[in-house]
Amino acid sequence: MPDLKYVGKGVSREDAVDKVSGAARYTHDLAIPGMLHTAIIRSPHASARIVSIQTEGAEALPGVRVVLTGAGLCYRLGLYMQDKCILARDVVRYQGEAVVAVAADTLDIARAACELVDVEYEPIDAVLDPREAMIEGAHLVHPDLGLYEHMEGVFFPKAGTNVAHHQKIRKGSFDEAFGQADVRLTESFYNPPVQHVPMETHATIAQVSPGNRVEIWTSSQSPYTVRHLMSAAFGLPHASIRVHVPYVGGGFGGKAGLGLEPLAYVLSRAAGGRPVKVVATREEEFNTLPSRQGLHSTIEIGCSKDGKIRALKSTYVWDAGAYADYGVNIGRAAAYSGGGPYSIPNCWIDSYVVYTNKIFGTAFRGFGHLEILWGIERAIDMMARKLELDPAEFRRLNLLTEGDTTITGEAFTSGHGSPVGCLDAAAEAIDWESPSTAPSEPHKVRGKGVAMLHKAPAMPTYTSCGVVIKLDEDGGADVLVSGVDYGQGTYTVLRQIAAEELKIPIERAHVTWECDTAFSPYDWQTVASRFAYMGGNAVIQAAADCLRQIREVAAQALDVSPDDIVCEDAVAYVRGKPETRIPYEKLALGYTFPNGNSIGGPVIGHGRFIATGLTHLDSETGQGLPAQYWTYGAHAVEVEVDTETGEIEILKIATALDAGKVLNPKLVVGQVVGGVVQGLGSALWEGFRFDESGRFLNPSFTDYKIPTAKDLPREAKQIFLETPQPGGPYGARGVAEHPMISVPSAIGNALYAALGIEFSQLPLTYERILLRILEEREAGE
Amino acid sequence: MHTVSLRINGNPHTIQVASTTTLLDAIRDHLHLTGTKEGCGIGECGACTVLLDGAPVTACLILAVEVEGASIETIEGEAQSGQLSDLQQAFIDAGAVQCGFCTPGMIMSARALLNANPNPTDEEIVEAIAGNLCRCTGYSAIIDAIKVAAGADGREGPGLREAAAHTEGKAAADA
Repeated sequence: MPDLKYVGKGVSREDAVDKVSGAARYTHDLAIPGMLHTAIIRSPHASARIVSIQTEGAEALPGVRVVLTGAGLCYRLGLYMQDKCILARDVVRYQGEAVVAVAADTLDIARAACELVDVEYEPIDAVLDPREAMIEGAHLVHPDLGLYEHMEGVFFPKAGTNVAHHQKIRKGSFDEAFGQADVRLTESFYNPPVQHVPMETHATIAQVSPGNRVEIWTSSQSPYTVRHLMSAAFGLPHASIRVHVPYVGGGFGGKAGLGLEPLAYVLSRAAGGRPVKVVATREEEFNTLPSRQGLHSTIEIGCSKDGKIRALKSTYVWDAGAYADYGVNIGRAAAYSGGGPYSIPNCWIDSYVVYTNKIFGTAFRGFGHLEILWGIERAIDMMARKLELDPAEFRRLNLLTEGDTTITGEAFTSGHGSPVGCLDAAAEAIDWESPSTAPSEPHKVRGKGVAMLHKAPAMPTYTSCGVVIKLDEDGGADVLVSGVDYGQGTYTVLRQIAAEELKIPIERAHVTWECDTAFSPYDWQTVASRFAYMGGNAVIQAAADCLRQIREVAAQALDVSPDDIVCEDAVAYVRGKPETRIPYEKLALGYTFPNGNSIGGPVIGHGRFIATGLTHLDSETGQGLPAQYWTYGAHAVEVEVDTETGEIEILKIATALDAGKVLNPKLVVGQVVGGVVQGLGSALWEGFRFDESGRFLNPSFTDYKIPTAKDLPREAKQIFLETPQPGGPYGARGVAEHPMISVPSAIGNALYAALGIEFSQLPLTYERILLRILEEREAGE
Repeated sequence: MHTVSLRINGNPHTIQVASTTTLLDAIRDHLHLTGTKEGCGIGECGACTVLLDGAPVTACLILAVEVEGASIETIEGEAQSGQLSDLQQAFIDAGAVQCGFCTPGMIMSARALLNANPNPTDEEIVEAIAGNLCRCTGYSAIIDAIKVAAGADGREGPGLREAAAHTEGKAAADA
C-alpha cells in the first residue's frame, strides 16, 4: 500500500469543537416558532383491555391543542415486522406503553392535561416469561399475528402462537454426533433486558404542511429508514417527507428504525400543522422506548477426547417483549452466529423470538451477540474443564481457520481475519500463562478468564449507501452522506479517506454534519458496524469520480491526455512536468482560458456501495451467506473478588480485534475503551427488574446503575490485528459494536477461576456473587 | 411570575420566570443557551452541570427564583474571545468527546475542580466527574484530558493509562 497521508492517522474529530463549546445543536435543542410540546400517559398494566378513555377534561384545559388516543390511529408500523401501534389500541401490551398523547403550548400544560384524562382498564392475562409464552394455550400477545405484514422469505412468524420468528440452523447431524461424543455438556444461561441509555433521550419534531408534506427533525440513526417507514405507514410519497438529523447524543442501536416520529407526525397533523416536539423523559426512555431483549439460552456441546467440538446445539428463546418489529432480526442474526467463532461439523440451532407483556426489544450494540456469547463462551469454558484442557488451548483447537466452513456453509478464508491471533494477543497481554498474582488482602481472590467474540453486520441483502462529494470554489470538498455519526467518529474517518483520495489537505475536507433526506444521498441505516466499510468504499468511488472530472478538464486546458494528468496536493499537473500545473481551485467550478473561454463546470462526484453476494437463509436449514464480512476478537481479563462482600474489581482487561486496517488509531481506541466499559455495565450491574405483575421497577439511574468514572478497570489494553479485509476500504472491517461483546463472558470465566463457582445469569452483581459464595460455603459445610 | 436578575457568563440578565421554572429551563428556554443539556431532569446524570457562584450544581434541581443575584457560568462561557480554553482543547486532543451530549456538563465539573484545585490527583479528578454520566467514552480519555489541562500529564496513577498511551500515535497493531 502506498504511503498514506491521513488514513491510519490519529486525526481529531472536527465535530469536537462544536461539542466542547456548547455549539452543537441536538434535536433536544431545537425549537420552531409555534411549536407544541407533548406529554404522554403510559399504561400502568402489563396487559389490559382499554375500556374507556375520557379526554374532555384535558381538552378543556387552556393551552391544550390536541389529545390523541390510539382509537383513530389505525396503523401498524415496523421495520421487519409491522406489529406496532403509535398509541395502544383496544389493549395495552406492556406496562409503560403509550396510551394517550397531549400536545399543548407548554410542557407544563401538557403534563397537567394528562392528569385530567381518565383511562379505565380491565386487566387481562399477561405472559411475562417467554418460555411460558411458547407453551400451547399461553395468553396471546398478538392474536392477529398471522395477519401482520413482514419481510417475506426472511422471517417466519407462527400464527396462533407468541413466536414472531423461528430461525433454524441445521448442519450435519447433531443427534448422531452428540450421541457419539466422548464428553457432553448441557448448560442454560440467562441475560436480562437492558437499556441503551443514550445521554440524549429520543426527541423528534414534526411539522405537517399543506398538501400533507411533512418535515421531521429527529434524534435518529436512520434518516432514510424513518422516511421510508413513514411513507409506507401513512401512504405519503417519499418526496413529501423530509427528515433532518442534526447532532445525535448517542444511539447504540436504540435510535435505529422508527422511534417517536410517527407520534410527532400524527400530533402535528391533528394540530392543524403546528410543529410538535416529543421528547422522551428519562423514565420513558427506560420504560416506554425499546430496550435490549432478554435471552434464555441452552447450549449443548459434544466433544471428542482430543478436545475437538463434534456437535453443538443452541436453543435461544428471546424475550421480544410486546413488539418484535426489530427483534425478529436479532433472533435471525443470533442463529447464524449461534455457534460462536468455532469449527462445528454438526450444528443445530433454534432461535425463537417470543412475544411477552414486557417492554419490547430492539437493536443494541452487538445485536444479540453479547447475549448468545454469554452462554457459548461460558459453556466453552465449562467444557474445557471437563476435558481438563486450558480454556485458551481448547479454544485454539476449535477456532475457525482457513479451510473450515461456518455453520451456514460459508467458507472461512484468510481474508476473514485471525480469531486465533486475537486470542493469543489478548491472552498474552494479561500474562495468561502465569498464575494470578497474590490478592491485595487475605479475603480476596484473583482469577483470569478469556472469551472470544465475533459478529457480522446484520442487514438486508440489498443494503446500500451513496456518497456525493462537491468541490468548493477553493478546491476543498464537502462530503454528503446519510449515515449518521452519533458519536462513533465515522465522519472523521470518511473525511480522512476523502482527503486521501482527493489529494487535498485534510483541513479542506468536510463531511456535512446534518443529514437531510432532501439533499444527502441514500443510506439504509447507521447500524451494524457497516458505515465505515460501506461509506468508506463509496467515498473512495466518489473521490475517483471527482478526480476523473478534474483530469478531463485539466487535460483539455493543458492539451494533454487525461491519463497524463497527475493529481497531488490539490494541484493537477502533467506527468513528469510538475511545473505545468493547475490548482484545484481553478478547476473546481470549471476552467477559464486566458481569453475567457470556459470548460468543465462544477465538480460533483458520486459514489455508491451495495452489499454483494448475500443470500436469504434457507428457512429449514439456515444455509446461505448472511455476512458481508466478519470481525473477530477476544477479551482477556483478570479480576479480584472480595469474598466477604462479593465486590469485584477488574484488574486488567485486554481486548484484541482484527480490524483489518486501523483507519484512525485515536478514534478506534476510544471506541474500544468505551465499548468495554459499556460491556462492564452489562456484566456487573445492568438489568431490568419487574414485579410479578410485569411492572418495571428500575427506570432511573438511581435504580439502574450504569458505569461511572469510579468503575473503570485498573488497566485496559487495546490491541488491533490488521489482516486485510478483501473489499474493505484500505482493508478495514467494522469494529464499532465488537468491544462490548463477550466482556461479560470473560468476566464470568475469570470469576470461575477466582472462586470455583459457575455463574449462568447476568448481571454479576456483588449481591449475586456474594449469595453464590455463601451458598457454596453452606453446601460445603 | 417572578423577576430574577442574575449574571450569566459575566453578562447581566433579568428574566421573568414561574415559581416552578428550574435554573436549567431558565438557561435553555429563557436565555437560549442550549449548550447546557438535560439528560434526566432529576439530578442523576450531570449533563446540566453549571457553576453557581463557582460551585458545580445540577441546574435541573435548582429553581430559577433561588438564584437571584447569583453568578452562573455555562459551557458557552468557557471559550474566551472565540478561543477554546486549554480544557476544551485537551478534550479534543485526548479524544474525550464522542456523541458530545455529556461533554458540556463534564467540562463544567472539570472547570470547577481546576478552579478550586489546579493540580488534582487522579482520585480527585474521578471524584469530580463521578456524578457526570457518559455512555460513549468509558471516561478514561476524559480523565486524561483533565490531567492534560491541569498540566499534570504523565504522572502515574490508576485508571485506563494504556488508552492514553495510544491516543496519539499509531495503533497497537505492533504492540
